[in-house]
Amino acid sequence: MTKLIQTIVDGLGVGSTYALLALGISLIFGVMHLVNFAHGELITVGAYASYFFFLHGGSWWWMPFVIIGSAVLASVATELVAFRWVRNASPFTLLLTSFALERLSHALWQIFVSPKQRAFPKPAWVFNQFKVAGVSFEVMDVVTIAVTAATLALTAVVFKRTLFGISVRGAAEDFDAARLMGVRANRVISGAFAFAGLLAGVAACLILMRSPAAEPSMGSDWLLKAVIAAVIGGLGSFTGAVVGGLVLGLLETITRAYLPELAVGWDKFSTAVVFVLIAVFFVIRPDGVFKVSHAERV
Amino acid sequence: MLEVDQITTRYGAITALHSASLEVRAGELVALVGPNGAGKTTLLNTVAGLLRPATGSIRFEGNDITGTEPARLVRAGLALVPEHRRIFKDLTVEENLRLGGSTASAHDRRERLEEAADLFPVLRTKWTTSAGYLSGGEAQQLAVARALMSNPRLLLLDEPTLGLAPTMVDVVFDLLQRLREQGRTLLVVEQNATRVLQLADRGYLLRTGNIVATGTGADLAADNSLFDSFIGLEAHGREA
Repeated sequence: MTKLIQTIVDGLGVGSTYALLALGISLIFGVMHLVNFAHGELITVGAYASYFFFLHGGSWWWMPFVIIGSAVLASVATELVAFRWVRNASPFTLLLTSFALERLSHALWQIFVSPKQRAFPKPAWVFNQFKVAGVSFEVMDVVTIAVTAATLALTAVVFKRTLFGISVRGAAEDFDAARLMGVRANRVISGAFAFAGLLAGVAACLILMRSPAAEPSMGSDWLLKAVIAAVIGGLGSFTGAVVGGLVLGLLETITRAYLPELAVGWDKFSTAVVFVLIAVFFVIRPDGVFKVSHAERV
Repeated sequence: MLEVDQITTRYGAITALHSASLEVRAGELVALVGPNGAGKTTLLNTVAGLLRPATGSIRFEGNDITGTEPARLVRAGLALVPEHRRIFKDLTVEENLRLGGSTASAHDRRERLEEAADLFPVLRTKWTTSAGYLSGGEAQQLAVARALMSNPRLLLLDEPTLGLAPTMVDVVFDLLQRLREQGRTLLVVEQNATRVLQLADRGYLLRTGNIVATGTGADLAADNSLFDSFIGLEAHGREA
């Protein structure tokens, strides 16, 4: 029982990081029909920003601002220098552009910083443990769940209540109709990239507090999982992205925790088991949990 | 108020509009009629900025607006209720209206939301319903209400009665009449040619991308030869 509760808490921790990233991917897909494979690079940008910040005497108190700020700027910049010029191109061209950005980012960090990992100090308090009813938790578990919940609540308010949020949702459904309402294409797309950057920045904070290190290709693994989470939920659906992220996180930790009991060496197969389950899921429900009626297939 | 001067609009190699010209004066209700595929929607979409004409110019209240972004035209006082309504089905009625008023100040937007709810009582009862659940008539009223949120001086309507039940068609024609009485200028594309020409100050007949006739609504409606050819073409088009 204790193990199950801890596994679920771990799963929600990883899953909420996936959820924040998947939400950004779904958001960009909504307004541009782009599956942004460069989205994971925002984590890398946040990581290197932290590394350089520490080199110049920074502390963890300012880290969230540094990480989120750099991720937002990087996200808006990718739209300005890359995606804006291919906005009306085919989804395939958009996809290739995002792959190119991802590769470019890896290469630039390798050339101008180092191919090796660059570590920086961890915040001392996050791995402090405390016990509730005999089950021990880390402070980080609480931080992760609280920060994710607050971020999701903020996201819900922005997209339900503000004119910006309504414009993004309208543009995602029918971009030309949104333009007829006076929505400026550049502004709504820039805004969507900024918000996706904010979400990726929060995810990067959670990731870097657990493992404070920067590495050129660190964003790619997270990105792959986040895309899977977004697709499980139904690309373009915000609720779906969150549900997909949490489900994927739980699946991963539960298979990792319980497979070894079946036979020695089985834990190595946990990723494979998760992907097989996902494949089966897509056979049953190809459009994800929350099908978005207006989303075209890419 | 609106002067369309010899515009030609193409989709790739296909020319949908051949050097079409028309004029709408302030306070008028002008009808644009013609068979399917004549270029009526193309003409409205070009005026509203969704399409860019290959040649020709468009002036609105004296300013050249050829090829101007729709977002800027809405701010200038020109709005389009597009073909098939294109309301946002995933948004609630209220959200659709708020988005329609996105160019207004927060204060004006609140006031116009109230006006919309008064003008369209059926929308008030569905305020927080997703627009995807509205009936055809309700959706059409929402589409018009949404366009009115920007308080346009010139309103373009593309087939506002398409697919509506006969009683709803009456509601929409009453609405056109009321909008005109409010002093708004209207350019209406309508399949229901006889009826819209009775209401219109003037009309234009468009066929295969060309303006082939123009006159007062009554003249056009009475001109049997023109009208027969139009009806004939439409019937012919349907058979083909």
